[in-house]
Amino acid sequence: MKIPPCLGRMLALCLLACLPLAASAQGDDGQPLLESLDTASYAQMGEAIEAIIESGEERSRGWLEALMGGKLQRHKETGRFVVVLENRGRDWPVADALTGEALGEMSRRDLDRLGINNALRGQLQGALAVLDLQADGVRERRQAARALLGDVDVSLAEPLAVVIDAEQDAEVRRLLQQALAIHRLEQGSVEAVAELQGSLNSRVRAALNTAARSDDPALAEAASSALADIEQKMKLNRGLETLYFGLSMGSVLVLAAIGLAITFGVMGVINMAHGELIMLGAYTTWAMQQLLPGQPGLAMVLSIPAGFLVAALAGIAIERGVIQFLKGRPLETLLATFGVSLILQQLVRTVISPLNRTVVTPEWMSGSIMINEGLSLTLNRLYVLGFALVVFAGLMLVMRRTRLGLEVRAVTQNRAMSRAMGIRATRVDIMTFALGSGVAGLAGVALSQLTNVGPNLGQNYIIDSFMVVVFGGVGNLWGTLVAGLSLGVINQVLEPWAGAVLAKILVLVFIILFIQKRPRGLFPQKGRAAEG
Amino acid sequence: MHSSTSWLARPFRERATQLFLGILLAALATVTLLNLALPAGHPLHVSTYTVTLLGKYLSYALLAVAVDLVWGYLGILSLGHGAFFALGGYAMGMYLMRQIGDRGTYGDPVLPDFMVFLDWDSLPWYWLGFDMAWFAFLMVLLAPGLLALVFGFLAFRSRVTGVYLSIITQALTFALMLAFFRNEMGFGGNNGLTDFKELLGFDLRSDATRLGLFLATGIALALGYVLCRAIVASKLGRVSVATRDAEARTRFLGYRVERFQLFIFVVSAMLAGVAGALYVPQVGIINPGEFSPIFSIEIVLWVALGGRATLYGAVIGAILVNYAKTVFTGVMPDAWLFALGGLFVLVTVLLPKGIAGLLAWRLTPRRLQREPADPSSPSREASA
Repeated sequence: MKIPPCLGRMLALCLLACLPLAASAQGDDGQPLLESLDTASYAQMGEAIEAIIESGEERSRGWLEALMGGKLQRHKETGRFVVVLENRGRDWPVADALTGEALGEMSRRDLDRLGINNALRGQLQGALAVLDLQADGVRERRQAARALLGDVDVSLAEPLAVVIDAEQDAEVRRLLQQALAIHRLEQGSVEAVAELQGSLNSRVRAALNTAARSDDPALAEAASSALADIEQKMKLNRGLETLYFGLSMGSVLVLAAIGLAITFGVMGVINMAHGELIMLGAYTTWAMQQLLPGQPGLAMVLSIPAGFLVAALAGIAIERGVIQFLKGRPLETLLATFGVSLILQQLVRTVISPLNRTVVTPEWMSGSIMINEGLSLTLNRLYVLGFALVVFAGLMLVMRRTRLGLEVRAVTQNRAMSRAMGIRATRVDIMTFALGSGVAGLAGVALSQLTNVGPNLGQNYIIDSFMVVVFGGVGNLWGTLVAGLSLGVINQVLEPWAGAVLAKILVLVFIILFIQKRPRGLFPQKGRAAEG
Repeated sequence: MHSSTSWLARPFRERATQLFLGILLAALATVTLLNLALPAGHPLHVSTYTVTLLGKYLSYALLAVAVDLVWGYLGILSLGHGAFFALGGYAMGMYLMRQIGDRGTYGDPVLPDFMVFLDWDSLPWYWLGFDMAWFAFLMVLLAPGLLALVFGFLAFRSRVTGVYLSIITQALTFALMLAFFRNEMGFGGNNGLTDFKELLGFDLRSDATRLGLFLATGIALALGYVLCRAIVASKLGRVSVATRDAEARTRFLGYRVERFQLFIFVVSAMLAGVAGALYVPQVGIINPGEFSPIFSIEIVLWVALGGRATLYGAVIGAILVNYAKTVFTGVMPDAWLFALGGLFVLVTVLLPKGIAGLLAWRLTPRRLQREPADPSSPSREASA
């Protein structure tokens, strides 16, 4: 095992810190144990290692690890046992092996290394593993057991059997049994195959693969059939994983596109600055974390309303400042809002920084859920997926159940008629734009957890969001949802086969062709509004 | 009147075209004179660097004219004309690459440097023939033309119009950009094609070749302008204007609208390709950046600033914006995007007819000054 020097040093320090400092070399139980290690005969050294393990000494783990790394050494003159903290250069910082007291630097010439051979190294590895299996935490024990898979040899088989009997946790027991089964498989046992059946662990598969090529026909056949079974399971896992990533990517697309769908549907204008509103949402998250240092979770929760507000206000400014003067000229609106997007991008570059900012992921959002050994779902993507669905449901409620939603739908269908019925279309425009922009801000908050937050964040999503809107059909929220999710999944399905860039190109070409067949998207508006 | 050349000759009888051609040719002659006749230290001397810069502006101007043809006279806001420009540029670039021969860094007689670098052992099939100038020049027209034909056929047949069409053209150029960024495409990937040596046997670094390229670009701009004027003034042009203002009505009158759209779209794409082909030897590089959607939208801004549906406005806009870009990016690069963004907003909100509209307003006698109908808003959007 290779440990980077600084890490190794830290590890050694940690271990030594646990040692009882008061103990002195004289009269310490550890002294004779270490003395017995210092022998020219490897066989005697092996016995000494056994003795150390059996002693139940708290410090034994640190000693054995140091011994394995060649860091347990003896000072030539004083005969003191020391642990080298960092063996670089001529003078090495060392600590007393018994007390853990730092002894400053010693010249490498004054030190004698307690050397070991390969057999001893194997024994040490096993001994350390068994020591780890006796840790108090279930988590540590599981990890230690997992690390043992495929690393069990004859010397370990017996102590392991003892450990298994004593073990309380079922998962640890299962893992250890698998580890033993791998060992027995390597010895040529056909029954061991049955125990490994259906495991997705890569080491189990490696062992089965080796067994499938063995000379014993019965063993080879059993192993291959077990492998085929595992392969089937893996395929299912990969499919599920692709689906998950696709849905996750799709949820991002839905979030990015749904605000666009609202403004486009109601006002018939394309807001090219939509991507920059997303960017503003992401930067709001970043700013929140700067304001509340050390509390990323709280900042995350607060930035949801804050991101909405910031983007909504920016949206209102765009509507009042530019778009209202371009009524009935959609192509000019497109150009003007593109200008706004350039200004916003440059503003962020000038005021904040052209470089990407780091947004911290709160603890409850990091990590992943392990479904089984071949499939784990990253939590942040799961949260974003859920968030997208919540936002979608919220928008649906606003559109279907509120006065504003009613007015928005009326104006979408027939602007002139709704004005005749007393709806203030201009006010609806402003509110719609604010709503759509606010949702873009929410998208930004979510995106800050998945990608880099930088001035180009919005630009990367704007074309994709347009594609979603066009694909789904304008002014139809369900269309946006279906289009976003399916484009995400299609992209992920194509990716392993064609590569990321080519997959993206294929999706674009697909949409261009799709528009030929259905110029108004998957779910076209019906009735008079469609002629508008 | 109906002889085959009369439609091409008509523009020469228009005052505006005469004026435009006069100014353009005078400018070409002046620059040539100031470059050749005056010694390098003279305050009025135009350096070869400036000549090449002006040549670049002129190729942009030709591109802007091509965009104005479809946007101004057909009502199609193409956000993907940069793709046609870049395709023309790549066709020229491939020819120039083949002309390098064994003078590349790796000295391979056939393969361009980047292919040697990628360990390819032979030319891909689509590089064949580009060692012949006539074939490459034909491709300058055919590559963008074919793309426009296929894309336009699909789009116009199914009546994709308005913002939908704009977005799809943008997606087209975006997809092409991604594709050309890939090394496996065989177009030099990220770095594109560069390190050119000579064109038709003329050394690209010599002052005379650079002046020649500048003049050729100027003449191409003049010819392109006349061609567009001729198309616009012809009966076909009138149908296209009718399509722009009321597509459904024109269709009901019995015109096969999509054919007119397709024809003009393809011509415009070819013009853009020529502009690209003239641009590449002057700047000495072509890379996938030219496919970027931002560049395509910028072209539209040139046209909008100069004034839509005037053709000469496109030329004015292209030269003005690019001059401003050169100045700004030299003096204060950070401010350029602010200026460009502000220009987009100001032009669309305050100057809907661009500089040309402003000029026309000034030149029109006071008693005739009445707000004419806005050509830019098709009636159906207004009623929506």
